[in-house]
Amino acid sequence: MFKKDFTYFENSDIVYLDNAATTQKPKTVVASQVEYYEKYCANTHRSNFGDANKATQKFENARKILKNFINAKKTEEIIFTKGVTESMNFIANSYAKDFKTVIISSLEHHSNIVPWHMQGRSLGKGLEVVNCNNNLDFDIEDFERLLQENPKSFVSVTHISNAFGKIHDIKEIITLAHKYKAVVMIDGAQSLAHTRVDMQELDVDFFAISGHKTYAPTGVGAIYIKEKYLKDVEIYQTGGATIDQVDFNSSTLLDAPYKFEAGTQNIAGIIGFGEALEYLNHVGYENIELIEKDVFNYLDEELKKLPNIIFYNDIKDSIGSRSFNFKGLIHDDVGILVDKMKIALRVGHHCAQPIMKALNIKGTIRVSISFYNDYNDVDKLIVALKKALKMLEN
Amino acid sequence: MSIEQRVENIKEDLEFFEDELQKYEYIIDLGKKLEKLDEKYQIPVNLVHGCTSQVWLICEQVDNKLIFKGTSDAIIVKGLVYMILQIFSDSSIEELKEIDMDIVHELNLSEIITPNRQSGVIGMIKKIKEYALKA
Repeated sequence: MFKKDFTYFENSDIVYLDNAATTQKPKTVVASQVEYYEKYCANTHRSNFGDANKATQKFENARKILKNFINAKKTEEIIFTKGVTESMNFIANSYAKDFKTVIISSLEHHSNIVPWHMQGRSLGKGLEVVNCNNNLDFDIEDFERLLQENPKSFVSVTHISNAFGKIHDIKEIITLAHKYKAVVMIDGAQSLAHTRVDMQELDVDFFAISGHKTYAPTGVGAIYIKEKYLKDVEIYQTGGATIDQVDFNSSTLLDAPYKFEAGTQNIAGIIGFGEALEYLNHVGYENIELIEKDVFNYLDEELKKLPNIIFYNDIKDSIGSRSFNFKGLIHDDVGILVDKMKIALRVGHHCAQPIMKALNIKGTIRVSISFYNDYNDVDKLIVALKKALKMLEN
Repeated sequence: MSIEQRVENIKEDLEFFEDELQKYEYIIDLGKKLEKLDEKYQIPVNLVHGCTSQVWLICEQVDNKLIFKGTSDAIIVKGLVYMILQIFSDSSIEELKEIDMDIVHELNLSEIITPNRQSGVIGMIKKIKEYALKA
């Protein structure tokens, strides 16, 4: 029922089931991009003429919208970035690099693994990984053991696994981590598209947010930094709009958030991000959660009817992504064929190679839904999968 | 038959199918014709780089010609391997040394193979050329 809000679905007959990679953009978001470029294209936070002031006001309004959306205390706690990858790398390098130990989960995306390798960390040498069971559940006891052995660590854990849709109980993880004086960053790349997150309720220290996976344009995201850490996070790049005073000997920086946002920002993208969040407010998380749960359950029921299907987790405590394989088949073969039947999904390791290796697989077929997907999309997927399986049978 | 003539033959076969799925059915059937590659050859040194699926390619020299054998763990890719072997196997070393063509473009494979998988086909051709240059 919400497809009408997206021009993409007017122009395409693709069954779009790759929402964990990126979501389609609502008409209001696309309109905001056109409006900026056609009606008030100017740089922000610099010039003082009318359009520049309007652009700055719209830009800062997006920050306020995001602040309210996630219930941050102050607008300066919201730093715009290119996306979650930049957010995670930023905090890894500008804050967490001096921590003796970093603790991550087994289900992390490469963007929450490789930044730690870049610091010379490896398993058991400054990097610890919390076990999961054979249903991919986070092992909270193993986590507590690691926290006991490594108090005052930096914990960096995903909220919702991009590869398997598994939801981590981040409230429990954050509370336990704080008990052992750890600082916590949450990879929220998949979060805002599916569920409300509240910075006060979570009491999280850093929260990385994706714009483009949350119905906003690509190339925009944010990092929430709890106020008490703003002075301790080092700047990671400098340039225009971060500076208070400069001479050839030294420079002084502006306060947060501006000191972290060097150079001309993705102005249109950030304004569009604000529009996307307004759109989600309009749809409402009650509706989003209700529809997605219903379609996700239907998807699971229908997939289970297919022969030789292999799942890696049940759908309890999961949302968005359902990952699977078919016994004896390579995921790539299925992906190629359903693509030709106009089904957009993703096959591969989903930038989560360590968990794939732990499961002894090269990758999966991943179907990831949004609230604009419906039973009809699932039915078309199933027809395509059946046809592909038929073609691939020996 | 020259490599160019063989490319033309395969191209003609593929162009026969207007429907993309039928084209894939044909490619899958080609894969079934592929001679089995002994598992002892399915080792890292014989892997082709650039493929999203695993492709192994080995080579045997008979007089001044190279005979290639290969396989893949993916069914559709097996069909692509068959086509590549049809084009290049049993060609002279001199001819193989001179391979300099965009096979994906020549066969119009770009319409049916995604960019990621095209790099796998290019990887196969590079490996064939490497074998020829070393022979």
